[in-house]
Amino acid sequence: MNLEQEQRDHGSGVLIVVEGIDGSGKSTQIHLLHRWLVSEGYRVFFSEWNSSELVKGTTKLGKKRKALTPTTFSLIHSTDFADRTEHQIIPALKAGAIVLADRYVYTAFARDVARGVSPKWVRNLYEFSVKPDLAFYFRVPLEVSLDRILTGRAMLKYYEAGMDLGLSRDINESFKIFQERIMNQYDSMVDEFGLTVIDGTRSIEEQQAQMRRIVAGHLKNHDDIYGPGRKE
Amino acid sequence: MARFKFYGEGIPDVDLESLSGRLIVLEGPDSVGRSTQLALVRDWLESRGHAVSYTGLSRSELTQQGLDQAKSGHTLGRKTMSLFYATDFADRLENQIIPALRAGYYVLSDRYFYSVCARDIVRGADREWLEGVYGIALVPDLTLYLRAEAEDIVPRALYGKGFNYWEAGMDLALGDNLYDSFLAYQARVIEQLDRMAEGYNFVTIDASREPQEIFTDLQNTITPILPKELGAELEV
Repeated sequence: MNLEQEQRDHGSGVLIVVEGIDGSGKSTQIHLLHRWLVSEGYRVFFSEWNSSELVKGTTKLGKKRKALTPTTFSLIHSTDFADRTEHQIIPALKAGAIVLADRYVYTAFARDVARGVSPKWVRNLYEFSVKPDLAFYFRVPLEVSLDRILTGRAMLKYYEAGMDLGLSRDINESFKIFQERIMNQYDSMVDEFGLTVIDGTRSIEEQQAQMRRIVAGHLKNHDDIYGPGRKE
Repeated sequence: MARFKFYGEGIPDVDLESLSGRLIVLEGPDSVGRSTQLALVRDWLESRGHAVSYTGLSRSELTQQGLDQAKSGHTLGRKTMSLFYATDFADRLENQIIPALRAGYYVLSDRYFYSVCARDIVRGADREWLEGVYGIALVPDLTLYLRAEAEDIVPRALYGKGFNYWEAGMDLALGDNLYDSFLAYQARVIEQLDRMAEGYNFVTIDASREPQEIFTDLQNTITPILPKELGAELEV
């Protein structure tokens, strides 16, 4: 059985992902969702973007030497994602867990296309990915996210700021231009992939309440089909 | 008009017009004698006054360490392996092949993405998906396919480096020992390369013969893509 066939049959698990530009508040929200699901007794597995042990060294090396082009940047991240899909996400879903992912394929589509990679090519690259049950997109105005990032953290990293693209010699300025490009890509994907948009300017509590309502509704429907199999 | 084109979507920001060199690929299964022939071709091209740049499939500077580590642990999933190799290929293409072509070199590539695809397909990868991924590749001027049967390459593999876990496709459990597995695996890879020979316009060369005969065939195939006037100029 190949991966494509396998993923249609990923058991009774549920895949929930969060997306958004840096400083959109998505990591905070998925953390709170995680706490809630655990307290409700669900088996939860958390997977983070760019975290494969197998690929990490290569990504690090490429970034350190500034040796990555838009194409190899895209490919190395897809390799990382493939490793996590094969070794974490699919097995966890098969085991009936709720899998939470902080960033998913949409991050690659947004960033890589913002770097000039062909949208068609990068979508094909990730064709093996499991389609999420729910994909939340935390939308915030650029000024809000920039304010959160540029005051909250002292140092921007080279690739994070899109310095490889030569947008500006000033790293903060480059970051702004790059983030705007990424945000435009996210906005254009809302309809293409049916992303659930959350207004990231509302209070943390309001956003979390909205997220929990949507997730609870989904889990109820899911239980009707598969039976309540995920609780500890 | 640009001499080169991409197979598919290509690589952003590469000016094809600026590539003035030639890209010659030597394909073929493991232990078929590619490196012997490449050395002969290189000497011959240099003696005719062409600058030659040589590049081999494994590995690029970027991915060497990561790939070696991953392969030694046998924990590499199939999609992960496909994409790791694609990263390796892209790094080599962008950092070695394209700069050399821009500088007017004759690039001799010891394999290209075809072998990688053949191995992936044997492991169940989807052909169309791979074609999409390798849409970044440049179409070579010439792909010379050194063809042999799996049985022909066994002695070379055995007296060379010996059988290796991956070259024997041991992860596929095709046989319970390295020898049987090597034969079965290499036959499948060769079958895939044969299929690609048509789609990608390989020039197939019978590699079961003596090295000198093979080299003569290679020379006869390469000569038509060389500029004629240069030979004459060097004679003077």
